[in-house]
Amino acid sequence: MSAFRLTGLCSCRGVSLKVIESSCNLSRNRRGCLQRPLLNGTRLFSSHSLNSKVPRVPTWEQIPEEQLPPPAVVPADLVDKLERLALVDFRTKEGLACLEKAIRFADQLHLVDTSGVEPMDSVLEDRALYLRNDTETEGDSAEELLKLAKNTVEEYFVAPPGNIPLPKREERTAMLKHSEF
Amino acid sequence: MASCVANELLHKIKQLSILLPINVCLRRRCSTSSKQRDSQRHLTTKSSSEKLVGVVGLEIHAQISSNSKLFSGSPVCFSAPPNSQVSFFDASLPGTLPVLNRRCVEAAVMTGLALNCTINKKSLFDRKHYFYADLPAGYQITQQRRPVAVDGVLTYSFLGGKKRSQVVRKHVQIKQIQLEQDSGKSLHDDVHSQTLIDLNRAGVGLMELVMEPDMSCGEEAAAAVRELQLILQALGTCQGNMSEGQLRVDANVSVHRPGEPLGVRTEVKNINSIRYLARAIDYEIQRQIGVMQRGGTVHNETRAYDSKSGETIPMRDKEGLQDYRFMPEPNLPPLIVFEDNATLPPGVDSSQVVVVQKIKEGLPELPSVKREHLVQAYGILPEHSFTLVNEEGLMEYFEEVMKATRKEPRKVIGWVMNELLGQLKQQDMSVSQSPISPAALAELLELQETGRVSSSGAKQVFQVMWGSSGKTAEQVIQEQDLGLVSDATQLHNICQKVVDSHPTEVHAIRNGNAKVLNKLMGLVQRELRGKADPVLVMEILKQKTRGGGC
Repeated sequence: MSAFRLTGLCSCRGVSLKVIESSCNLSRNRRGCLQRPLLNGTRLFSSHSLNSKVPRVPTWEQIPEEQLPPPAVVPADLVDKLERLALVDFRTKEGLACLEKAIRFADQLHLVDTSGVEPMDSVLEDRALYLRNDTETEGDSAEELLKLAKNTVEEYFVAPPGNIPLPKREERTAMLKHSEF
Repeated sequence: MASCVANELLHKIKQLSILLPINVCLRRRCSTSSKQRDSQRHLTTKSSSEKLVGVVGLEIHAQISSNSKLFSGSPVCFSAPPNSQVSFFDASLPGTLPVLNRRCVEAAVMTGLALNCTINKKSLFDRKHYFYADLPAGYQITQQRRPVAVDGVLTYSFLGGKKRSQVVRKHVQIKQIQLEQDSGKSLHDDVHSQTLIDLNRAGVGLMELVMEPDMSCGEEAAAAVRELQLILQALGTCQGNMSEGQLRVDANVSVHRPGEPLGVRTEVKNINSIRYLARAIDYEIQRQIGVMQRGGTVHNETRAYDSKSGETIPMRDKEGLQDYRFMPEPNLPPLIVFEDNATLPPGVDSSQVVVVQKIKEGLPELPSVKREHLVQAYGILPEHSFTLVNEEGLMEYFEEVMKATRKEPRKVIGWVMNELLGQLKQQDMSVSQSPISPAALAELLELQETGRVSSSGAKQVFQVMWGSSGKTAEQVIQEQDLGLVSDATQLHNICQKVVDSHPTEVHAIRNGNAKVLNKLMGLVQRELRGKADPVLVMEILKQKTRGGGC
């Protein structure tokens, strides 16, 4: 781990040659940790000054609050529903604040003019979907997969019975009061 | 319960008036006084005289018959050791990605074409999120926004009418056919309060067929599913075995009065055979009608069918309406299928494309076409051809018999439908279990054709052959001495004896009363213990009783 510790010098530039040099000194006794050719600088980092894709000055500007639509309010019922659906606890003040900030950040998208533009699902939409032949190529991994589970019974994975519904909001608040959150 | 034929008429009325539900509702509100409560509203309107009818929509999951799964290369096989057919992708280990199986796409397109669907040239994959132990990823890859095939129709028939001998043809609209993943299997161990998960089935390709609620009773639904089963089996896209889970049917059942908006629906699951499907739907319709008549309300819930009691039981409540948080599947670009070779992009690998035209040309003979062919080739009635195709193996049996006998097809059909099928149904056997092979039956029919045995004698022989496996018709005839006597001299002698001993009857015949001939015939038959060839005997008697005698 120490080989890749970032110093204050290079925090915005990724790993620079300097760090690799120092770490190589550290690990000279351990062979095979880092290979010599790297020190010759044959590898070009994208953050290197000659070839940087990262702009020198920020190209974006803060959007004034007035231009954005009114901030979304997250009522307690919605928080409850989201917690049930995603099984994530976030009903603390910090959790809600984080959620609201995230929504606010995404609100900036409303300012983009999308008239006449087809909505996209993902950036690889225009790629061809690869179709596989209908042959058996894998699947004989029972041992390996069962090893990953803590509980197994005769080659079956073990899970708690059925679907245990999340307790109601009031009960959960009582439960969480005592937890460290 | 109103018969299905009556339901069809009411259903048509519903279809006409379903266009004006809002107007109808408003009119009703104006005409009733505010004092009357909602539950009584229906009683004061015109439709109060019409009975509640059932509305049934089906959701069918058909397991695609393929060598490997939908998005991974694991084998697809029934009854393999638990978790022995699971790849890393099926177990949802991080870093694995889905790779679509071309065979599954072809199967979906084939099924869509057979059901007259429009094939979407571009279809999309989505994720449907819900938590359950047998869904390791926490989501199922399906096609919710744009499925591969839409807007089809399934034409099915069943034997209806008073004597169940009329072929009734119906249609059900297919809303869409989509590709999706199957989940694993969970075995509930209540003793140790745990669930055992087997992921062999996780990731197997399914075709989900969503049907519009065009049906009104269990019989229609059962006939529709049977037709779909035959089509899928003919196409080879699904083996259609409901008991093995290759074809899973969930029924959405509601009741309403024709002309009014649809009622609250319940979903009935856990149906393992076509017979249970009809029973479950009929039970649920009756249950809902009962609830409505008692002034109660039907709850939107999921119910399981219990085959032992024949009732539907509410399953654990699904926490109201599930929110599946559908989102596009980011790891799969849209699925493009091409209309024909002309629209293919240049230089593309043939193993990388699915061409609709090619699949259309390769479609095998569908059951409806098969039935038509039988009617035309053999001149049999449509209801017989319907039964031949409907019963597993019966058509092949019939054709085998036809090959080995000169008998007329219509007469052979009589034997196959009444004698053979009748016995099979009585003993709940399938055609493949029949103790009489097609060749053996053909032999018996030939013997009857050549006059070796009478038709009633032949039926007796059939019964004996059924009970004693392997004996040929000839053997039984000899053993039971059922062979017809056609020796002319013997017949002449016996006829003469009868004629001589019944002068009054002979006199009556000579005077024009021909019916008395039958009495004489009866006497001759008695002499010969029923083994006289009736045609010959009648001829001889007529000769002898004609004026003058021989």
